[in-house]
Amino acid sequence: MTSREKILAAVKKSQPPAPPSTPTRLDGALPVEAKTQFKEIVKAIGGSVIEIENTGQIAGHVGQKFPAEASILCSVPGAGIGTPPNDGVVFEKLNLVILRANFAVAENGAVWITDRLLPDRVLPFICEHLALVIDASDIVPTLTEAYEIIGSDQYHFGTFIAGPSKTADIEQSLVLGAHGPKSLTVFMLAEKN
Amino acid sequence: MTSGTKQKDHATLAGIFNDDEARVDWHDKTLWFVRHKRDLAARQLPEWEQLRNNASQIKNFVLSNLHELLLDFERNAIFNGAHVHWAETPEEHNDIVKNIIARHGVTKVVKSKSMLTEECHLNEHLEKNGIEVVDTDLGERIVQLANEPPSHIVLPCIHWKKEEIGELFHQHLGTPKGVSDPVVLTSAARQHLREQFMTSKAAITGGNFAVAETGEVVVCTNEGNADLGVQLADVHIVCIGIEKIIPARKDLAIFLRLLARSATGQPITTYSSHFRRPRAGQEMHIVLVDNGRSARLGSDDYRAGLKCIRCGACFNTCPVYRRSGGHSYHTAVAGPIGSILAPALDMKKYADLPFASTLCGSCSNVCPVKINIHEQLYKWRQDLVRNGHVPLSKRLGVGMMRIALSNVRVFRMGGWIVRRIMEHFPSILTGSFNPWSKQRELPAAPRQSFREWYKQNRAKK
Amino acid sequence: MTVGLFIPCYVDQFYPRVGIATLELLEKCGVQVIFPPAQTCCGQPMANAGFEYLSDGCNALFVKNFGECEYVVSPSGSCVLHVKDHLHVAGGDEKCEKIRSRIYELTEFLTDVLKLKSLEASFKHRVGLHQGCHGQRGLRLAQMSELVAPHFSKTEQLLALVDGLELVSLDRKDECCGFGGTFSISEEAVSVKMGKDRVADHQRHGAEYITGSDMSCLMHLEGILKRQQSPLKVVHIAEILNSSQ
Repeated sequence: MTSREKILAAVKKSQPPAPPSTPTRLDGALPVEAKTQFKEIVKAIGGSVIEIENTGQIAGHVGQKFPAEASILCSVPGAGIGTPPNDGVVFEKLNLVILRANFAVAENGAVWITDRLLPDRVLPFICEHLALVIDASDIVPTLTEAYEIIGSDQYHFGTFIAGPSKTADIEQSLVLGAHGPKSLTVFMLAEKN
Repeated sequence: MTSGTKQKDHATLAGIFNDDEARVDWHDKTLWFVRHKRDLAARQLPEWEQLRNNASQIKNFVLSNLHELLLDFERNAIFNGAHVHWAETPEEHNDIVKNIIARHGVTKVVKSKSMLTEECHLNEHLEKNGIEVVDTDLGERIVQLANEPPSHIVLPCIHWKKEEIGELFHQHLGTPKGVSDPVVLTSAARQHLREQFMTSKAAITGGNFAVAETGEVVVCTNEGNADLGVQLADVHIVCIGIEKIIPARKDLAIFLRLLARSATGQPITTYSSHFRRPRAGQEMHIVLVDNGRSARLGSDDYRAGLKCIRCGACFNTCPVYRRSGGHSYHTAVAGPIGSILAPALDMKKYADLPFASTLCGSCSNVCPVKINIHEQLYKWRQDLVRNGHVPLSKRLGVGMMRIALSNVRVFRMGGWIVRRIMEHFPSILTGSFNPWSKQRELPAAPRQSFREWYKQNRAKK
Repeated sequence: MTVGLFIPCYVDQFYPRVGIATLELLEKCGVQVIFPPAQTCCGQPMANAGFEYLSDGCNALFVKNFGECEYVVSPSGSCVLHVKDHLHVAGGDEKCEKIRSRIYELTEFLTDVLKLKSLEASFKHRVGLHQGCHGQRGLRLAQMSELVAPHFSKTEQLLALVDGLELVSLDRKDECCGFGGTFSISEEAVSVKMGKDRVADHQRHGAEYITGSDMSCLMHLEGILKRQQSPLKVVHIAEILNSSQ
């Protein structure tokens, strides 16, 4: 018998009878002002939210924070800033990466992004600073609604990103920029009309 | 433990830890702060207790259907392009991992936090085979540089002071002597580990959840170390226990809402990465480890321990853990949950752990999947005694107690004698043999017991 | 209403005043109290040490003494919880079940059965409440700080009826004191440290007395206070509720 067969046989023998009822799961959460809550939480976890009318405004905000010579990669159409992906950029030298993301969650400030929006999977982790762009209308109250949206999406890789990389391993002192980005900016695109 | 040195028990190690009372105070306060943050986070969600119920029910469902769920997971993971391995024992697990790495001709591997690999002592095995392991979680890297195991499953170096870390980094990473600012130290570690990430072809991660329905593995970190390691490596090896399976992707909504809030009081970890398919050209291996889990699944008393999602909330709330430090538990997973998991692996070696508790029950109350930790501690005590894993002195003491308490005449007489001794010759009872009196006074001995008073004042009425 | 009074072994021998206060308090409330004379112990000292099977003698005595009582009341949450969870005798399931469903810790008996709304008691002091864990988390005498649930406290409810009593707030409302039965001996260092920290919380908040519904916790804290020669004293809640100073 292989280990696989042995383990599976042991599990089959050991597992208790199924509980009489199948597990219940919470339905939708209480209504919240999702946009407001999202902004508050992102701030609380060390990130920042900038509301913009259109992607053309991103360049102006970036220009205020980063010098002209900064190495910037941007995958957002119409942003008119930085290098587009796949142009021989050295990832580990990137000062700023700006990416379109799928949607966001109010209760925890997390932004969901899958590999389809990632020119390279390592980008959101390797850059010094990260900016994610979402539509204000794409903010759901809790993870419950988030996973309803994700559904059975066949992404290869997907991740929730909530704030900048951080650690509190030294005496519970919070330090931003453990291994990944030292800052996270969420550009929130105003709802149409 | 290597032969020759006898493993000291929890009480002895905790006694040594308590020699430095200021340090105990510091350790206690730091962890209480984390418990407090957890309370604040939980109170943000009016549905908190319902979430705990749901999580517990889903985990119960998993335990009852683990066989089918494991098969589902395996099928879907293989469909996704991952290789699935099965290991009955730590040795088998370690060999599988070593062989994968060796096949790629790699001599260095970056590893993000995985309590399973701590349980299996993977690092030692790989190092013995010429493979360098770099733990990339900051706390884990600190204890690795210090050649120590983690003292907490979520906060691995919670027992280290920043000045000590500064000294450690001075020796190993060349930071200036005397520097202890967490920002500076973290920045030094970032640089040092960035080099490791850029040059490592293999990455090991644990897994917080393995989804049967999709074959994906979810890894949660705050630092981003798992993602950096995996996304830069040619080979990704996921090491998980078979109990990490959850049925469906939507169940993640419940567990991710509970996990970080319970662990550190954050609403979610910075990164919750869902690894479904390896990227083009990358290999993904998933090693499913049993190591006693299937046997525990068959135990009505201890099965629930398999529901654990390793949040560490029971550590932070435990008044004993906070005042004895993780290393006093001499096992990979310390604290209350470790005290019910470890004896299942080795009853003799960990016979002391279920007694390292006052059975206050706070652990069971914070547990996001509602494991009856304190009840299992009580059950382990009975099993350990029944199997002869309790010192003779304790057996004799309890045997005498039984004689005195099972017969009212013996009890009355014994009580009277003890009170007379306390009254007239207290030093007989407060000698060095009585740990009670080391730092506490005995109660004052009253002339009359309650029953004597009752007989005199009420019985004849 | 007749109540069988169970006085825990160590209270009987070392703190008779707590037994007396409990008895007098119940009598004041119009309850007829009997004290079965052949009682000893609930068996917890053996059981928590892992020797539940050696508590057979205690269990048999307990059933013999209290099997016929309408209610059983005891001034100890810990002992009551032990009886509720673990009282078994061979072939005596029915009797044990009856006792387990009718045994009450003193304060819950006062609030839940007698539904006490007023009390002629006076205790003009600043008091800190140490709610023992078994009473709180086991018997649910008060809401637990870990849960997201509405606050209640049967103990505080009773203390609020006492004239002149000022309840102090604590930094850690329901942290364990570290007694833990044989834990207090086998894990002496941690046990004492927990007790010292518990005492310090009350001292920081200017309490003159520490009260609680478990004398075992209070015995441990008293041992530490006396060694420290602290003016802070311990007093069982029965003594406060029965007090008219």
